[in-house]
Amino acid sequence: MSTHAPANTLSVSKSIDASDNGAAHLPSELDSKWRPTASLERLRQRAELLSRLRAFFAQQGLWEVETPVLSTDTVVDRYLDPVPVQPPCASERENFWLQTSPEFGMKRLLAAGAEMIYQVTRAFRQDEAGPLHNPEFTMVEWYCVGDSLERGMQRLADLCVAVLDCQAPTRLTYRDAFLQTLALDPHTASLAELKRCAASANLQVSDSFLSADHDEWLNLLLAERVQPRLGVTAPVIVCDYPASQAALAQIRHDERGTRVASRFELYAQGIELANGYHELLDAAQLQLRQTQANALRQSDGKARLPEDNRLIQAMQHGLPDCCGVALGFDRLAMIALGAQQLSDVLAFPIDRA
Amino acid sequence: MAVYNTSDFRKGLKVQIDGDPYLMIECNFVKPGKGNALYKCRLRNLIRNTVLDRTYKGGDALESADIEEISAQFLYRQGDMFFFMDNSNYEQYELSADQVDDSWKFLRESTVCSMLLFNGNPIGVTPPNHVILKVEYCEPSVKGNTATNVSKPVKVETGAEIMAPAFINQGELIRVDTRTCEYVERVKEY
Repeated sequence: MSTHAPANTLSVSKSIDASDNGAAHLPSELDSKWRPTASLERLRQRAELLSRLRAFFAQQGLWEVETPVLSTDTVVDRYLDPVPVQPPCASERENFWLQTSPEFGMKRLLAAGAEMIYQVTRAFRQDEAGPLHNPEFTMVEWYCVGDSLERGMQRLADLCVAVLDCQAPTRLTYRDAFLQTLALDPHTASLAELKRCAASANLQVSDSFLSADHDEWLNLLLAERVQPRLGVTAPVIVCDYPASQAALAQIRHDERGTRVASRFELYAQGIELANGYHELLDAAQLQLRQTQANALRQSDGKARLPEDNRLIQAMQHGLPDCCGVALGFDRLAMIALGAQQLSDVLAFPIDRA
Repeated sequence: MAVYNTSDFRKGLKVQIDGDPYLMIECNFVKPGKGNALYKCRLRNLIRNTVLDRTYKGGDALESADIEEISAQFLYRQGDMFFFMDNSNYEQYELSADQVDDSWKFLRESTVCSMLLFNGNPIGVTPPNHVILKVEYCEPSVKGNTATNVSKPVKVETGAEIMAPAFINQGELIRVDTRTCEYVERVKEY
């Protein structure tokens, strides 16, 4: 079986046109592809929002840093695919990647002694395009040494109120989010229970879900049934994700004795805006998680990512106790400006880039 | 057989599921920051015209469907069978009344339709958006009544009944919108 790009999708015709929108193919529409998709007014408001964000950080005592977008290191995540790049300066054995987040660079600065830093940068993720995704996007990321999980969530809540002029975000555990919507405990539910839950929630899925694991079913339920209800009246911070979804967060036992990740996410109007960790400090643990992530990538049929990176070295030197948060600025702008999709707040989304 | 990966998924793709051809009419990409990509698809069965909602996960694949769209001229009807011809190569195709579905109402001889072929076999036919049909029978028009909001059923040459304004007379030609089955206007010639 060969794979090919869908270049031969049928031209627009009445009988099988998906959109019934023949107008999209008129020359005048094609000609205007040079134009920004967002109005200039929105782009100006977006700039103001960024100023407010920078003012908030300055007032909190954080300073702005810049780390490389192009690096031989990359986050090793089962589901994050970095864009490979071969700059002319690289030797043939070196692989460079566009960063999926500035996490590695910023943590290296923390290990070197920086304490309160933030960055506004571009992040890149392969194959992520849709109304709420653009393969190139603006990420705001910050780290504060000494922040506990609680302090980290509070700082995110303060930022949210300061830039969105909204009600203070409410708090919810990952467990309660599932209990409230699906009457299911995500930490104890068996695979069979997760499948039953999806079936009774009328989720029709592809056959490949037959072999899906716990986390894949949880993600499906979260994305399809739980998330749309999160942060509808006021933004909400969800915390204590399953330990298997810790990524680079510390793992601890919650008050019920369940192993949970000290990880939190901000949602507004059903949209995921930010992801934060009480950061993992143990280099050996990071190595272990990278190995596990690569094993899963391989079983998913994806390429392994390099596990030997400078963050490991920095963590071996010593990363101070801290919280870090990454926020999707384009989505924040969408919420702040009442837009419906990313292209309403981006000058040139990928199809016009 | 060509295969589409989830990263190829988009509106307008023609795929095969359980042996039937489907058109992807919606594809919504959903992905948690830390989690697998989901593709919420809505697919229309091109044979049965039914709609299927299905969520695929990143890494899934669907076989492409060999769908070709041709222009075919309606030749004649024989019982429950409808005969068409591809004017470019004189290839003839026959469709059952089931396959033709409601389109029979607009098929007069030599109407050029768009026809879908799946693996070379016809699976459906779509008449042009507008066709001109002769009114074969209707109640006589009320003299002086030119109001367009009063309508009556008229029987056109294909045997179908269409609602038309009360001033339409037997033997006249009317333009009909095939998508809505509605009268558009009175015309002088085909």
